[in-house]
Amino acid sequence: MTTSLRPDLAVIAEHIEPGSRVLDIGCGDGALMAVLRDRRQVDARGLEIDPAEVERCVARGLSVVQGDADRDLLAYPDGAFDFAILSQTLQTAERPDLMLDQLLRVGRRAFVSFPNFAHWRMRAALLLRGRMPVTRHLPVSWYETQNIHHVTVTDFRELLREKGLSVDRSWFFAGDHEIGPTGANWRAEYAVFEVRR
Amino acid sequence: MAPQTAPNQVTLPASLLLDSGETLAGVTIAYESYGSLSAAKDNAILVCHALTGDQYLASTHPLTGKPGWWERMVGPDKPIDTDRFFVICANVIGSCMGTTGPASPTADGQPYAMRFPVITIRDMVRGLVGLLDGLGIAQLHAVVGGSMGGMQALSLAANFPDRAARVLAIATTARHSAQNIAFHEVGRQAIMADPAWADGDYYAQAQRPIAGLAVARMAAHITYLSEAGLTEKFGRRLQDKADGSAGAKSFGFDADFQVESYLRYQGSGFTRRFDANSYLYITRAMDYFDLAEEHGGQLAKAFAGTAARFCLVSFDSDWLYPTAESRHVVHALNAAGAAVSFVELSAPFGHDSFLLDVPALDRVVKGFLE
Repeated sequence: MTTSLRPDLAVIAEHIEPGSRVLDIGCGDGALMAVLRDRRQVDARGLEIDPAEVERCVARGLSVVQGDADRDLLAYPDGAFDFAILSQTLQTAERPDLMLDQLLRVGRRAFVSFPNFAHWRMRAALLLRGRMPVTRHLPVSWYETQNIHHVTVTDFRELLREKGLSVDRSWFFAGDHEIGPTGANWRAEYAVFEVRR
Repeated sequence: MAPQTAPNQVTLPASLLLDSGETLAGVTIAYESYGSLSAAKDNAILVCHALTGDQYLASTHPLTGKPGWWERMVGPDKPIDTDRFFVICANVIGSCMGTTGPASPTADGQPYAMRFPVITIRDMVRGLVGLLDGLGIAQLHAVVGGSMGGMQALSLAANFPDRAARVLAIATTARHSAQNIAFHEVGRQAIMADPAWADGDYYAQAQRPIAGLAVARMAAHITYLSEAGLTEKFGRRLQDKADGSAGAKSFGFDADFQVESYLRYQGSGFTRRFDANSYLYITRAMDYFDLAEEHGGQLAKAFAGTAARFCLVSFDSDWLYPTAESRHVVHALNAAGAAVSFVELSAPFGHDSFLLDVPALDRVVKGFLE
């Protein structure tokens, strides 16, 4: 039902309960929010840093605030949302650990998707070529990438453990297809975790 | 676009009870409308004007002969599309283009002058709601305003939450800052220092306080522009002489610089269409504006339980009502759980950006009103 969405967003859309309140952080052009609103009767709000993207969201009738998640999440009240969504943005946060705290302050549960920097192609680029990897999913060179905190599936699990957060579900993807959890830290290009306190 | 009929006026059936505790009886509201009201009366958009604006939103101004102040935004196929929407713009109380204000006659036949009660933004909104009642419009599709118009839009949303389904507030604030009040005080003092002001009783005189009003306008006009905008438009360029020869420093106090000449032109043009006492009253209303104060000191309370959708827009070069003021409103709306959008647009024109050619604003306005 959500074939037009990026695979990680499609998984998130399928697992959000209809009628819930959702904050999509880094919502881009609002593709996920529009699907949630139109197909799952979700009351969706967005936060997006790029004014041109916000403009597109407003034109779609979505409620999106232009802002910087590192700073502006603080303005949302505790427990205002059933779900907070952070897709492909964690690795760009100033402090991903504090961002996670904010997600689970404003939302009862959170969906977090991120690129896995321990995918075998990344490891090979570093090990064999001695170069910071540039891949189909992460096409930007090291000097201009917004990905300032390189995280792996194992790193993320470890952060959750340290913070005492629990994982409800997780999904892994390679080449736009979902793969099983076995060896995910080698095989997954990106991952989605559903977490809670 | 020609106004449908002239002049459109309603006289409110009841006296207005004002924030000051005084009442204002027999209030007349002058307005213009564009497009047609649907049978269900559900396609009305109220546009609120700024400090020195008026109801001539998208039609020629009767005194200046200039196009309506937002003609680039309002009209057939424009972002506020008069083929779809019934667009209303009313002169606020305290002003001077047909709505009751200090120049209007009282029961004794003499103008109110300084006997006019001090009004607030909320009082202006009470007048506008009276107009909506008169037109039989229970709920607006949207209320829209920039600058002081945005204050009215926010005030309407806070005080009459059922009257508008959408609230679009552009380049505005929920409270006047010390700096905002300070600039207004300069303007008021300029008017009151003009001997022709005569304690406000100048209506029967040949001489009106146009010198003071022009200075007030000049000072205010600077706050509507950005430094970069002024530099680009005028720099240090000198004004050509009256005979067309190249400008030179006069070693005197003529308008040597183009920027001086421009401000003088703006000031004197303004005095031909605006009443000095109205300027005092309306700037006072803006200075008194603090939406949180009206609601127990917490701005979020002003919007508690609102079902309206909000959109706020600020401009990066606006130092009169900077982005932080819009964000302050957005945070309160978030805290109140309201559906709110916000975007800071990049434009070089300072506060006046909301009136000028900013294509991104057109897209946001059009999109939000869909």
